[in-house]
Amino acid sequence: MAKKRAPIQPLSASNHNEGPKHLVGDDTEKRATIGLDLMTYEQLEDFGDELDAVRQRVLDDLGQADADYIRRVIRVQRAAEVVGRIAIFFPFFWPVFLVGILLLAVAKILDNMEIGHNVMHGQYDWMNDPMVDARKFEWDNVAPAEDWKHGHNFVHHTYTNIHGMDRDIGYNMFRIDKDQPWYPSHRFNLPLAFFLMMLFEWGVMYHGVELDEYLAGRMSKAEFKARKKRAMVKIRRQVAKDYLLYPVLAIALVPFTSWWVPLAVLGGNVVANILRNIWTFNIIFCGHFPAEVATFQEEDAQNETHGQWYLRQIMGSANISGHRPFHILTGYLSYQVEHHLFPDIPARRYPEVAKDVRRLCDTYGLPYNSGRLSKQLFSVASQLAKLAAKPDDPYMVGNSPESKARRRAKREAAALAAQS
Amino acid sequence: MAVVRKVLASNFIGRFTTPHTVDHYLDQIHPMLAVRHVRARVVEVIHETGHASTVVLKPNGTWTGFKPGQHVQFGVEVEGKRRVRVFSVSSSTQRKDGKFSVSVKAHPDGYVSQFLHNDMLPKTLVFLSQAEGDFTLPDKVPDDLLLVSGGSGITPVMSMLRTLRDTGHQGQVTFLHYAKSASDEMFHDELDKIAALPFVQMMRIYTREPAEGAELEGRFVIDHLKHLGIDPVNTLTYVCGPAGLIASVRDTYTELGATSQLMLEYFKVPSVDVNAADATGTLTFDDSSIEADNSGATILEQAEAAGLTPAYGCRMGVCNTCAIKKNHGAVRHVVSGQVAANTDETIKICVHVPVGNVSIAL
Ligand SMILES: Cc1cc2nc3c(=O)[nH]c(=O)nc-3n(C[C@H](O)[C@H](O)[C@H](O)COP(=O)(O)OP(=O)(O)OC[C@H]3O[C@@H](n4cnc5c(N)ncnc54)[C@H](O)[C@@H]3O)c2cc1C
Ligand code: FES
Repeated sequence: MAKKRAPIQPLSASNHNEGPKHLVGDDTEKRATIGLDLMTYEQLEDFGDELDAVRQRVLDDLGQADADYIRRVIRVQRAAEVVGRIAIFFPFFWPVFLVGILLLAVAKILDNMEIGHNVMHGQYDWMNDPMVDARKFEWDNVAPAEDWKHGHNFVHHTYTNIHGMDRDIGYNMFRIDKDQPWYPSHRFNLPLAFFLMMLFEWGVMYHGVELDEYLAGRMSKAEFKARKKRAMVKIRRQVAKDYLLYPVLAIALVPFTSWWVPLAVLGGNVVANILRNIWTFNIIFCGHFPAEVATFQEEDAQNETHGQWYLRQIMGSANISGHRPFHILTGYLSYQVEHHLFPDIPARRYPEVAKDVRRLCDTYGLPYNSGRLSKQLFSVASQLAKLAAKPDDPYMVGNSPESKARRRAKREAAALAAQS
Repeated sequence: MAVVRKVLASNFIGRFTTPHTVDHYLDQIHPMLAVRHVRARVVEVIHETGHASTVVLKPNGTWTGFKPGQHVQFGVEVEGKRRVRVFSVSSSTQRKDGKFSVSVKAHPDGYVSQFLHNDMLPKTLVFLSQAEGDFTLPDKVPDDLLLVSGGSGITPVMSMLRTLRDTGHQGQVTFLHYAKSASDEMFHDELDKIAALPFVQMMRIYTREPAEGAELEGRFVIDHLKHLGIDPVNTLTYVCGPAGLIASVRDTYTELGATSQLMLEYFKVPSVDVNAADATGTLTFDDSSIEADNSGATILEQAEAAGLTPAYGCRMGVCNTCAIKKNHGAVRHVVSGQVAANTDETIKICVHVPVGNVSIAL
């Protein structure tokens, strides 16, 4: 009998079905100040309850239609992948070759976005089907699912847009928010963004290894090594498949066609991966980086109420408008606001939920950021360009003497507090 | 065909389909083509009694067969959700058509058993595991064998009986079965036929509506064995049925020093004695830094009481979903009573209770 693996991994997102976690501070008396300019604590309470009711209504209604939907998407994805991979073997007939590359790119996009991202959030765990189980799912890119789930489901979705806690603000690479300290490397905000766009899957993988956390002493060596190992295993598999095995398979065609066919197959795989990278990068950057999206300070969010947590998600996210096929290709990340409010309900439900969210935003006079893809992308790009310039305020420059002195003072105060 | 399956299931093909398995693709053509997952089609549903049915299944080529007495994890999808329960195989291993069956008693408010009995349609696809379990006959069946069952606990024993019949078993088999009444007895007619065969001594006792002039009556007592001429010390014995039946047989065998002859199968985890003398100490969940006083309940229940949400499937020690590392301490299996005290061993937390201080990687 095949040996079964013990399925629970600490830090895997096996607890993703719990309601969203709140940020808790040391001083339990202190109340969070988020949203007080917009609502009273009582209103925030009602607001939270109403959103809870919306979530519960959808959860109670999950059933065959949702199961059929995700299986239909998986079916289309598999078909696109198989047909795409076959078509890439016909580079001497270029229309077929191009269609093949496009189909493979679409397959990878569907796998990463509508299937992978959403399944790994646990949106379909209730089906109890191992093929769509968040604990087991692995996606078609070089980032291992386990580390991505921790960094995304737990860190990013819990501490959304809180400076110093959400590692997704600018991905440690960009200055995308004016409250981020400026460093000289930020002069290259735009070229760096272009670079990351082309290699996005590698960026996601690197981000998940969390080298910065390890160097800052916040992660044990054993944990860091384990992450590195998982990443290496995944990279080896992905690279072997796309850039070695399929091109080598194409050598069988050489006697009947031409010597360059395996190279064309390799090129087709590279291009498909890059197309997926470009698409996912652009969609994901529109989620939290447009100009009007709010970020938060840890002090303001500590001991937040349920309603404040919801409000933080709304103010920290931006939607992209579009048609249904567009939404499916984004994995409904175009409904970023709804996704952040309810990360664990099947994404196909977001349009329906959005009606309630908009209604509540109207009632309480809250901002609801939504716009066309071109508008949001332009906003992100101009934000990156604008914030690349060195700010006048020396405290906003990370390596200025003023900032260093302030950080030192903070450290000393903390050490003193720890002593007493 | 077997070779093709083997190649498709190989790691080499897996390199081309990674991160998915080849089944993720074969499934799209036809679910029965899966080469790693066991699937089956329901061929027919036979009503055995007013409250029990036999489901005949045609498995796909992944199925590697079963030993009489084994069970399968049986998953059926209702409203998009797969529900998994465990059922013993009830058919003979000698069936030539490649089919096998499970037989199910519909519990009054049971979800899956009611569905199987009332709503299951032929052609439905079901999701299985390979056959599992140690409640099986030895390769060489001894000359004296006793099979005892109560109610729906007859299913694994029925598979043994049918297989022994079909293999022309020469030894002596005694079959002692307890049912509420003749009309509530599964496989009633087939049992009548088997009773006429020379290799069996069969005794069926109807506890609620005894048959007229019945030789034996009531629940299990040692006299029932004496009457049948059974010497427990020298007879390999298989028992499956309600907790009460299993407990009385076990007590009888313990008294006679015959427990080494006894094989038991539970359909339901016996209720845990939370006031056991060893329900002391502290249970520590290391990864989440939570401590709780050992309440005597299973570790799974105690973890849930502490606000954790460990993964689980069957909650009866079958599916292994809840398996997790125990860092330190001793735990007792609620069915077998066995104590496991090694450091760093993996245990199923749904069927283990802590004995004193225990720490778990949860
Ligand atoms: C190794 C093993 C082999 C088994 N083989 C068979 C078999 O061959 N045939 C068969 O009919 N069943 C068998 N079972 C029991 C079966 O797995 C289910 O537990 C049972 O069918 C009830 O499932 P359900 O979905 O109908 O009830 P659920 O919806 O799970 O439970 C509903 C109610 O029924 C009660 N209940 C659940 N299981 C039992 C039980 N076993 N006895 C009494 N009350 C129960 C619950 O406490 C609950 O109140 C086996 C169990 C095990 C562990
Ligand atoms: S939950 Fe199935 S073995 Fe514990």
